[in-house]
Amino acid sequence: MRTEQLLLIGNGMAGVRTIEAILERNSTKYEITIVGEEPYTNYNRIMLSHVLQNKMTVDEIITHPMQWYKDNDIQLIHHDPAARIDTDNKRVITASGVCIPYNKCIIATGSRSFILPIEGAQLQGVVGFRTIDDTMQMIEQAKSCKRAAVIGGGLLGLEAAKGLIDQGMEVTVVHLEKWLMETQLNEQAGQLLKKDLEQQGIQFLMEKKTARIRGTTKVEALEFSDGTVLEADLVVMSVGIRPVTGMAKEAGLHVERGIVVDDFMATSAEGVYAVGECAEHNQMTYGLVAPLYEQANVLADVLTGRVTEGYRGSTVSTSLKVSGCDLFSAGIIHERDDIKAIEAYNGLANSYKKLFIQNNKVVGIVLYGDTTEENRYYKMLRDKVDITTLNPVTLLASACGEASISVANWDDADTVCGCNGVTKGTIVQAIHTQQLTSVAEVTRCTKAGNSCGKCKSTISELLTHVIGDKVTAAPTGICACTHLTRDEIVLQIHEKGLTTTKEVFQALHFRNAEGCSKCRPAINFYLHVTFPREHTDEKESRFVNERMHGNIQKDGRFSVIPRMRGGQTTAQQLLKIAQVADKYKVPLVKITGSQRIGLFGVKKEDLPDMWEELDMTSASAYAKAVRSVKTCVGANFCRFGTQDSMGLGIKLEERFEYIDTPHKFKMGISACPRSCVESGVKDFGVIGLENGFQIFIGGNGGTEIKEAQLLTTVETEQEVIDLCGAMIQYYRKTGIYTERTAPWVERLGFEHIKSVLLDQEQCNSLLAELEEAVAGKRNDPWTTIRENESMEKELFTVGRG
Amino acid sequence: MAMTTSKQKVFVANFDEMQQRIGREIVVDGIKIAVFRLLDNRIKAIGGVCPHTHGPLAEGIVSGEYVFCPLHDYKVSLLDGTVQEPDDGSVATYDTSIDEGKVYIFV
Repeated sequence: MRTEQLLLIGNGMAGVRTIEAILERNSTKYEITIVGEEPYTNYNRIMLSHVLQNKMTVDEIITHPMQWYKDNDIQLIHHDPAARIDTDNKRVITASGVCIPYNKCIIATGSRSFILPIEGAQLQGVVGFRTIDDTMQMIEQAKSCKRAAVIGGGLLGLEAAKGLIDQGMEVTVVHLEKWLMETQLNEQAGQLLKKDLEQQGIQFLMEKKTARIRGTTKVEALEFSDGTVLEADLVVMSVGIRPVTGMAKEAGLHVERGIVVDDFMATSAEGVYAVGECAEHNQMTYGLVAPLYEQANVLADVLTGRVTEGYRGSTVSTSLKVSGCDLFSAGIIHERDDIKAIEAYNGLANSYKKLFIQNNKVVGIVLYGDTTEENRYYKMLRDKVDITTLNPVTLLASACGEASISVANWDDADTVCGCNGVTKGTIVQAIHTQQLTSVAEVTRCTKAGNSCGKCKSTISELLTHVIGDKVTAAPTGICACTHLTRDEIVLQIHEKGLTTTKEVFQALHFRNAEGCSKCRPAINFYLHVTFPREHTDEKESRFVNERMHGNIQKDGRFSVIPRMRGGQTTAQQLLKIAQVADKYKVPLVKITGSQRIGLFGVKKEDLPDMWEELDMTSASAYAKAVRSVKTCVGANFCRFGTQDSMGLGIKLEERFEYIDTPHKFKMGISACPRSCVESGVKDFGVIGLENGFQIFIGGNGGTEIKEAQLLTTVETEQEVIDLCGAMIQYYRKTGIYTERTAPWVERLGFEHIKSVLLDQEQCNSLLAELEEAVAGKRNDPWTTIRENESMEKELFTVGRG
Repeated sequence: MAMTTSKQKVFVANFDEMQQRIGREIVVDGIKIAVFRLLDNRIKAIGGVCPHTHGPLAEGIVSGEYVFCPLHDYKVSLLDGTVQEPDDGSVATYDTSIDEGKVYIFV
């Protein structure tokens, strides 16, 4: 069976794609070994800029988990890179000296960032942008550094720059040429792009040549050839890529810029092939994904004995993964004697198109701002459509009504996803046989759209063509169990009168009959807010903290944090806490961030007894609910205090404690503008003034620091309490489960929320709703459980066998 | 049968005391085991410690034939103990029985 040894050097996209294509054709022909350098399984390198822009996680870009290698019996060596190819004896030697024999060897070593050969290029803080490690290093550096310089205003450089802005850095792009992305864009489009990126906060230094990088051990500044200087703590080198060819060269293979291959991806050594960015075909090397995949398919044909026409080179196209900067470029984009261009600039929409025509055929495309026509033009270019019958105006106009260009009229053999080589026929067949209804499903089943994502609009068009209005939208659902959004679910709960999670999952056709850990707590909350009387809280749909009424610790034990309204306590309480902590050998007693005393590391079975002995109530320090109110000492003791902040804090806590909210709801009451309790970063913050109270909402001091915004100034404590209640209820009614008030304010708009809360009528009706919703429900859970023996037994018993 | 006779039969709880989809931890010879009553009243028992950072699986949210670890949301099969993609790992599984309203596991 598997008599031949196939060895792949390089565990990246091109190589692994080749292996996949081989396995699809013949899964038993080869004994396969892959040697890789990076400590990861194969991942989608194109998506690194999404990771840097906080749109995806590293886990999400891993395309082939370890299981894939196991399932396909592939031996993966990804901690010991290949060091030498011995073509005479047909074997590869790794860095640690392991010899791996081969019958066929594929080199797919890809490329590396080109690091400018200038002084200081080796300093700490100079990085390329090619790998997960590069990306993680940039994210790490962004935490402590402020100023970044990106050398190179090409595709990768700009994506890196946008990512670093999203990481909170000040970013300057240094570019040698007159305009950005000069190999893909002409000057006009390059200038439009620059303007849009400037609006996103990126600064540019154009026509600047970096002479050296200053610094002793770490980067301090860039020095340019004109003598000017730019201070920087992080430098991203993004001036281009170089094929990795050293090993091939040493082995005596024919290497020019890349490893030279023929139309069948064969190198000059017998049995050795090369694909991807390290390969040079017909004097071209490629740095984009589509050609690599075309090469992979040819090589897979060759290695499994299929007839193939061979590789004929690729037409490449580019788009930029920066939101708000839609651009598309393909083919030859410079005018020559035999290439003329037509262009259109729409100053209103800031969009630009230019088509390059040779012998009545489109040979180049530049689109900026509006890329909806990219598939139409790209198809004209790829298929060399004769455009004699189209006059320049109709050519540039939208394709509405031009049925000939619609994807419906494409041949089955036409490629929809260039990255993965998926044809229209394959997709249509998959839609039919597997009853696919969304772009995401098509992507999952056919791989179309999972690399650069450019073809998603074509897939969507194709779906509509095949199944009409049965198309479902891209995954907007609250979790993988459903495509429904929060609003759609809540609406259906209302309309259909659903009162249990089970009914919701059934009526709304969730993929899992019992939901998952994400949606079940969310639905339980939405039900509770929508039908406060009819819905019975489902303990089994609560996250453990809200079921056990303590925060679960890393070792599985819990915390006990008793309520001390307004942060005020007594000597008696302190004595009791001390006794209980001592008796139960509590490993940690700590003042918490919100002025309470926490006992940490408590065994689950001890919880009810400790609550009993403390004889205090729960501070809800674990709950998605109104939390304890932080207060300053206030007017009664502080010489600056203008109001009784502690008194108001206690009143607010009494009034709103034990009300559940989409996420925790924190309050702070300061008695003067010194704001000792940091009212400016609270969900609801109050600052006392001589003649009243300023109210701030939507602040957050957590993961993403957000300053609260001034809602209004009121005169009396009662007005503060009323506005607080109205805000809590509006947040409960409209918030997405696990959404803090800062993103909630951003999503709904501060002005909108302000107009609701400050409208007396709406404010009153929100208060009445809240009153009705929580009537009889604001009970201390510790007391409830202590008084219910069977509940205590069901929840807090640990068996001993 | 030869398999189970050599194993220790351990009482967990009265069936009626076990709530659907709320786990119960039992420690046998120092080994933590998480026992669950599913929505369809089947009883399933798996190793009680998540292979990731040793979270207590008995406290997780149960959905169908899976439990989600309360610490980092690892999804573990209650049927064969395997951790679901994209994570990996596995925990032991234990046979269970219900005799006269009492739940037992075999360790």
